[in-house]
Amino acid sequence: MINYNKTREIGINILRRWILIFLVGEIVFFGIVGTNYLSLKNLQNILVASTTVLLLATGETFVIITGGIDLSIGFMVGFSSVVSAKVMVNLWAAGFSQPLAITIGILTALSLGLIPGFINGFLVAKLRVPPFIATFGMYGIAYGFAEIICNNVPIHKLPTSLGSLGHGYLFYWLPGKLLSFLGKPENLSREELKHLVSIIPNVTVIAFIFIGIFAFILAKTKFGQHTYAIGGNINAAERAGVNVKIHLIKVYMISSFFASLAGVMYVLQFITGRAPAGSARLLDAVVAVVIGGASLSGGKGTIMGTVIGTLIIGVLEIGLVNLSIPTYNLHIAVGCILIFAVLVDQFSPEIIHKEEEIR
Amino acid sequence: MEPLLEVKNITKRFGGLTAVDNLDMQIYPGEVVGILGDNGAGKSTLIKVISGVYQADAGQIFFEGRRIKISNPIEALKIGIETIYQDLALAENMNVYSNIFLGREKLEKFLGFIDVLDHDYMLVESKKVLNRLDINIPSLKNKIRTLSGGERQAVAISRSIYWNAKLLIMDEPTAALGVAEQKKVLNLVRTLSSQGVSVIIISHQMHDVFSVATRLLIMRRGKKVAERITKKTNADEVVGLIVGSLPGDYIEAIEDKNKKSEDLENLSKLNLS
Repeated sequence: MINYNKTREIGINILRRWILIFLVGEIVFFGIVGTNYLSLKNLQNILVASTTVLLLATGETFVIITGGIDLSIGFMVGFSSVVSAKVMVNLWAAGFSQPLAITIGILTALSLGLIPGFINGFLVAKLRVPPFIATFGMYGIAYGFAEIICNNVPIHKLPTSLGSLGHGYLFYWLPGKLLSFLGKPENLSREELKHLVSIIPNVTVIAFIFIGIFAFILAKTKFGQHTYAIGGNINAAERAGVNVKIHLIKVYMISSFFASLAGVMYVLQFITGRAPAGSARLLDAVVAVVIGGASLSGGKGTIMGTVIGTLIIGVLEIGLVNLSIPTYNLHIAVGCILIFAVLVDQFSPEIIHKEEEIR
Repeated sequence: MEPLLEVKNITKRFGGLTAVDNLDMQIYPGEVVGILGDNGAGKSTLIKVISGVYQADAGQIFFEGRRIKISNPIEALKIGIETIYQDLALAENMNVYSNIFLGREKLEKFLGFIDVLDHDYMLVESKKVLNRLDINIPSLKNKIRTLSGGERQAVAISRSIYWNAKLLIMDEPTAALGVAEQKKVLNLVRTLSSQGVSVIIISHQMHDVFSVATRLLIMRRGKKVAERITKKTNADEVVGLIVGSLPGDYIEAIEDKNKKSEDLENLSKLNLS
């Protein structure tokens, strides 16, 4: 009897954490069959390669919890990359110092990026346009504007110091000798450079600062609580005095903010601004959120789940590259995982959701 | 004693149909009043006027002696009139105490300047109100989705009591519940009444209404036809009043008048033809 209960409890815990177990399994698998898969460099590559999806999926999590969806983020990345790149190029050419040009470029992109989110939210909340339609419209509009701004050609000749920011690491460590924080240590010999270990990419640091802040907001604050309530029963939320319309507008603005941030990160990483940047990542982001335990009908999901869902895709992607398997196979694998995730959710007994705080 | 709620000469029309016709009613603190009537008698319209969903075309509403105007359900809530709806207005994806505090969350400071949810406080306070009402729910961290219909009802009621509702309106509270659950809900109504909360109950299950209501108000075609103290009447009489085989107390005069005019009309029609 005790044994039965114990097995049951273990089963429940496995079901609850299956995505984490799946992720660890993936890493172990590629660690065994791949070459150098578990090296620090490769693991960091996974994080860098996942930056766009991580950011998009974090914002999308908020929208999906309210029972909506934001498709505009696909081209919002391109829009924001083009805006920030264009501002940087022009200001630098006009004689601004590099740091100033870069800062203004980033801030312009991030603030302009809030406008499509506001419009999306307004359409959905006030004018009752279905989220799919409103944000799909914005998807096209954002792309069109991006192409207009960049004249249909990728933006180049960006400030040169962007690279040290986008490709830089938080720590550099020369085994046995020195450790430096931010910036690469100078005056190293070629031999020393070879042994220099770079730890934690800057783009990952920036991404996780924002992801951490919004994970906190979703899990711990009144704003997060109301986001779940709207997804669970919008009428109940309204009756309880939640200003549902304003809340939805804020949620769509969070989503477009994260998409703009992804666009800025794109510029930092690739030192260029392109209209279609990141558009292929839209579906990955939605998939990551769903794998992470959110339901498209709303009311469920966590940022932690979303991050794990994103990493499941990222680990797989780099793993296939590592094994020289053509990456189009990735789509098959991701599709299967997505369907599997929804099936697990559908058929797992209610008991695994029973005693939880709110999510 | 002053009535908690007094409704005077309330009339509500929908186009040519008079759903509630010149109706008077009083409810005293801690009283349970049952409203009975056939389908279309105007029971639901009446409670929707009281809860702010509809605006009356004529008449006045007094609450605790003051004349009030209730222009929407949120206003009714603020005054202390709460309707327990069929869908119960709970977020099923959230747990019990989060629902009780939904929209009025208790916050505490994190690191001295960030407002975060105070789960412990909300849990303890929710437990208190549930205990006060003798409601038994295994864990307040359980999501509403995992609760039975009766338990959900109890949560919705606890929420309104916690936030100081003085008058609860329950529309078919025992519909869609098992027998044991029905009993629990009715017991809860008695508990509420003993703690000074007034309840208006509408139900097709006459047995339920008889077992909890102290007073009955019978409606027919939008009019109040009779008011009875539950102990001094019986099911036969009430059914008679509902279907119209018994005349009722208030409307004979009016009906006689109507009858006469109808007769006159018929007569004139005959003459014309």
